[in-house]
Amino acid sequence: MRNNKATSLIFELSKSGRRATRLPLCDVPEQSIDSLLPATALAENPPPLPEVSEPEVVRHFTNLSTLNMSVDTHYYPLGSCTMKHNPKRNERMAGLPGIADLHPYQTEETIQGLLEIMFELQGLFAEISGLPAVSLQPAAGAHGELTALMVAAAHFRELGEERTNVLAPDSSHGTNPASASMAGFNTVTVKSNAEGYVDLDDLKSKLDEKTAVFMITNPSTLGLFDRQVAEIADLVHAQGGLIYLDGANMNAILGITRPGDFGADMMHYNPHKTFSGPHGGGGPGAGPICVTEKLAPYLPAPVVTHDESGYHLDDDLEKSIGRVRSFFGNVGVLVRAYCYIRTHGPDGLKRVSENAVLNANYLLSRVKHFLPVPHGDRCMHEFVASAADLKKETGITAMDIAKRLLDYGFHAPTVYFPLTVPESMMIEPTETESKESLDAFAETLFRITEEPYDLLHDAPHTTTISRPNEVQAARQPVMKWTAE
Amino acid sequence: MPYLYNTPEDQQAMLDAIGAESIASLFAPIPDELQLNRPLDIPPALSEMELAQHMTRLSNLNHHTGNSVCFLGGGSYDHFVPAVVDAIASRGEFYTSYTPYQPEVSQGNLMAMFEYQTMICQLTGMDVSNASLYDGGTAAVEAVLMSLSATRRHGKVVTVESVHPEYRQILKTYFESIGVELVTVKAEGGTVSLEELEKAVDDQTACVLIQQPNFFGSIEDVQAISEIAHNHGALSVVSFDPISLGLLQRPGDQGADIVVAEGQSLGTPMLYGGPYLGIMACREKFVRRLPGRIAGETVDRRGKRCWVLTLQTREQHIRREKATSNICTNQGLLALRAAIYLTLLGPQGLKETANLCLQKAHYAKQQIATTERFSIAFECPTFKEFIVRDSQNAVDTVIATANERNILAGVPLGRWYPDMADCFLVAVTEKRTKEEIDALTHCLQTINEKHQIHA
Repeated sequence: MRNNKATSLIFELSKSGRRATRLPLCDVPEQSIDSLLPATALAENPPPLPEVSEPEVVRHFTNLSTLNMSVDTHYYPLGSCTMKHNPKRNERMAGLPGIADLHPYQTEETIQGLLEIMFELQGLFAEISGLPAVSLQPAAGAHGELTALMVAAAHFRELGEERTNVLAPDSSHGTNPASASMAGFNTVTVKSNAEGYVDLDDLKSKLDEKTAVFMITNPSTLGLFDRQVAEIADLVHAQGGLIYLDGANMNAILGITRPGDFGADMMHYNPHKTFSGPHGGGGPGAGPICVTEKLAPYLPAPVVTHDESGYHLDDDLEKSIGRVRSFFGNVGVLVRAYCYIRTHGPDGLKRVSENAVLNANYLLSRVKHFLPVPHGDRCMHEFVASAADLKKETGITAMDIAKRLLDYGFHAPTVYFPLTVPESMMIEPTETESKESLDAFAETLFRITEEPYDLLHDAPHTTTISRPNEVQAARQPVMKWTAE
Repeated sequence: MPYLYNTPEDQQAMLDAIGAESIASLFAPIPDELQLNRPLDIPPALSEMELAQHMTRLSNLNHHTGNSVCFLGGGSYDHFVPAVVDAIASRGEFYTSYTPYQPEVSQGNLMAMFEYQTMICQLTGMDVSNASLYDGGTAAVEAVLMSLSATRRHGKVVTVESVHPEYRQILKTYFESIGVELVTVKAEGGTVSLEELEKAVDDQTACVLIQQPNFFGSIEDVQAISEIAHNHGALSVVSFDPISLGLLQRPGDQGADIVVAEGQSLGTPMLYGGPYLGIMACREKFVRRLPGRIAGETVDRRGKRCWVLTLQTREQHIRREKATSNICTNQGLLALRAAIYLTLLGPQGLKETANLCLQKAHYAKQQIATTERFSIAFECPTFKEFIVRDSQNAVDTVIATANERNILAGVPLGRWYPDMADCFLVAVTEKRTKEEIDALTHCLQTINEKHQIHA
């Protein structure tokens, strides 16, 4: 039960002389610190961290946790983020001492069990994507995008082709153009047509010998599968360009269609979405990438290989772009993804996508009667509703609805993204919700659209705080606590 | 399926409501020729029990700190993790929530982020911290990219051989695409030569990137290095070891403009390299160039103190190709672990932890120096790591033999430093006991014995 009085920062609980940790006595002959370290490098005092007791630490952070909505406690239909159930068994497996307590510079022969898991995972990711070569190194989806674009850049450098442009649809995730910039490319935006698909004429007009990569999210952020995808791939390939698939929405197509089969040359997974890794209040994720055979030589090193003598880390990739992060990768997240895939098997994964799509279509069929879904009656794993009409009639915005949902104990959908739909609400139910939970959500959403403007505009009413003043936060930023 | 609800009756009712014939028909937008139309070629499903048995079998094939004594370092360390860290971080309200897009129902995460940011400022002596990045290596790269834009010098960056070789490899990868020159100054003798550094830095240099204590475990003169950078209008970027700041001067008090760190030491298990925590903090004047999420304090409509994500106009979801970085997430759960860890230690606990590392590392250093075969490579002062030289130049054999005796003895340096192929890096944390250190020394003393027996 929530403790409403506990709203102090840990620093405000601090009292000089309190402490929560007692360390062992030094069991080696102790020397004076001055004799071991140069005086100029030594601090007079340790950093002014808070001084509290262990019970205070436990109560403080436990009380903080109760201020969050989470998948474990609430329905969380946050579009594009695939907030599905995070299986507890995966947590236990990632915490096994033979996994959690491995140092990244242990030699190969001491980590054969882990390398077997990682080798097998490379194969699982390859089979699910239809793209044979895998790097487990990138630390997050956006990092996978950047890595793959660097792979593409290396490939074109080797061919001696000067391709400067990355094309991305206007409905793409913001990370796509941002990753392209970091990889040294210019971004060219391709329009969507009225149905929400890539506008082929616009694409054709922007495709040329300068095109390095077309980044496509398919299913798109509108929850639509672009059936032109093979044709798009042909067009891009004919110009010598590559197709990148933003794999954020893989939850819709596991075992149903594969990016490698619909023309993608490169892609990333978000294992924290598709393969149930917990989102951790904002991270960690992972961003493994899969590429075609042709691009395999450029992947970051090392990759895991296998021969009769066992499992190995192959660091000797001649054309590799090099490292994109320190150590092997986000092993903890990857192990959870491995456990998830092994728990499901081929039929199970397919059923995940079937039920994700069924749940989304069912919710769409209920919502469309009171909130228009501009891009049609059917969707894949998510759909985008619009509160534009409601706003015109009553002044109620997507933000108002989102805030009011919190009062009813639902996390809000993603709002104001994608940018191509006005007053957008991107709803992704995921497969791990029941029909009852979808019904309750739809009924609540309907009830909210009938509520008076003032009630909504002042929402939420029942949360520990009301709407924060974000303008003030940005104009006079206070980014740390300071003593009065 | 273990995580699905829909019964066949539910599914039929839902299909009826949709007006669809079958689940398969919902996938009609995917052209038939693009559909897989065969089962994925992956192993069949495992029950929870089978999964646990399978994973236990594989994990038991690994050496780990539960059955071996770890002297490995180089950016990831076997520090102690108090039980409170695991207990709090395994609360579902923390680890199954996401980025606080709805601050009204995310105050727990936002307050923890704000507390983390404050503690990183307290730890480093800097003005502003973000809510974390992927890891120490990418944080170093982001800091360098930030200095390119802050100084508007896009031509050249100076670093030192004594910075983590993988961090420098990542820099090289990122620079390949954007055409920045990376000049690497030698660190013969274990620390950077200030004269050599002075020669390398010029008025085109965006920043000087160093590490304290450096990759060899040695103490650099951060103040002097920062001054060299500043004399040429370049920024001083320091990658630091958080635990060392229990004893060492804070980089913010020694002229650093941007500081970064691998935060794994602060309560995160080693997990064969990740997920880890990229710490990053800077001077106030650079805040609008800082990548990543930032939590800020404000008030709600009733005037109550609260926290939100702030300065979002720097970020990719608003600025797209003009964003300060493509980073979309932070390492929320690991930043939370770090905040809990630092709170549990407090100033005295951090100081005592750092001192235990220092004392034990020096004991190990002295003991190993007494062996006939092995010597300490550099004479300069070190913190918790140092370099051991093998007079017989057979480092891989030494490490393999120690592995067999359940001692993870050190990290061979030859792969990064060909002229140090006869060296390995030894790390000693507060967890190592005298007995374990003596066992390492004994192991090194007797390293040839097994071979003699076989001979």
